[in-house]
Amino acid sequence: MRLVFAALAGGLFGAGLLVSGMTQPEKVRGWLDVFGNWDPTLGFVLAGAIIPMAIAWRIAARRRASVSGTPFPEPPAPRIDRKLVLGSALFGLGWGLSGLCPGPSMATLGIGGLPFWAFFAAMVAAMMIYGYGRGRA
Amino acid sequence: MDPDWIAGLIGGLMIGLAAAMFLLLNGRIMGASGLLGGLIDGSGRANAPERAVFIAALILVPALLSRAGIGGPALPVAGLGVMVLAGLLVGIGTRMANGCTSGHGVCGISRLSLRGIVATLIYLLTGGLAVLIARALGWAP
Repeated sequence: MRLVFAALAGGLFGAGLLVSGMTQPEKVRGWLDVFGNWDPTLGFVLAGAIIPMAIAWRIAARRRASVSGTPFPEPPAPRIDRKLVLGSALFGLGWGLSGLCPGPSMATLGIGGLPFWAFFAAMVAAMMIYGYGRGRA
Repeated sequence: MDPDWIAGLIGGLMIGLAAAMFLLLNGRIMGASGLLGGLIDGSGRANAPERAVFIAALILVPALLSRAGIGGPALPVAGLGVMVLAGLLVGIGTRMANGCTSGHGVCGISRLSLRGIVATLIYLLTGGLAVLIARALGWAP
């Protein structure tokens, strides 16, 4: 059942990314282009996504475990460390340059062409290298 | 151009619903970078099938829907070299920060997580900066 649920959630996530316009890099660029031709679409996407999830957290707070029996994830310690700040900053730079973040980069693999595969391959390579470095440290 | 925000809102609700399902049904955070990264570096070996199925559906469903005429075309806004550079930055950045737009932005903010809110503010800021840099360097179409 867990795998069926994962397929449903992944599929709905992908469909939502497509419908919302998140698979169109110019929309993301437009949202970040505050001093240029600003496009507010992404604001509606974020607001639309946060509402059901906020309700889900409230439901989770009143239950002991998920339907599959896995306990709900504990909230992370509210610690703002260097890794969070530096990592988010690097991620934002890549996001703004390409108009792609990890979810849409996967959702566009079957739609976009070579540039999207190039982005994805580089992202996977970086995750491998980072994981390797962390494993050794 | 006008109904863009409606499509954005509807798509956003779908994304939020997907995250809500993943949390309530499977007890997991729907973070794209974490789900993929855990498969790649082996840190997510314990629930690898769940991650793989999620990602397969995330790739397959938009591809099918797009062929049915739903959504706009995915057109790159940068050349191959910039895409590779951006992919490297996104890959390292999201693993270092332990989250991306879905994990920190959707799942974190909705939980009023301080880390999620701070991460989102930072990447919105540097994302805006990157757009300015891209334009200055002539990397924007």
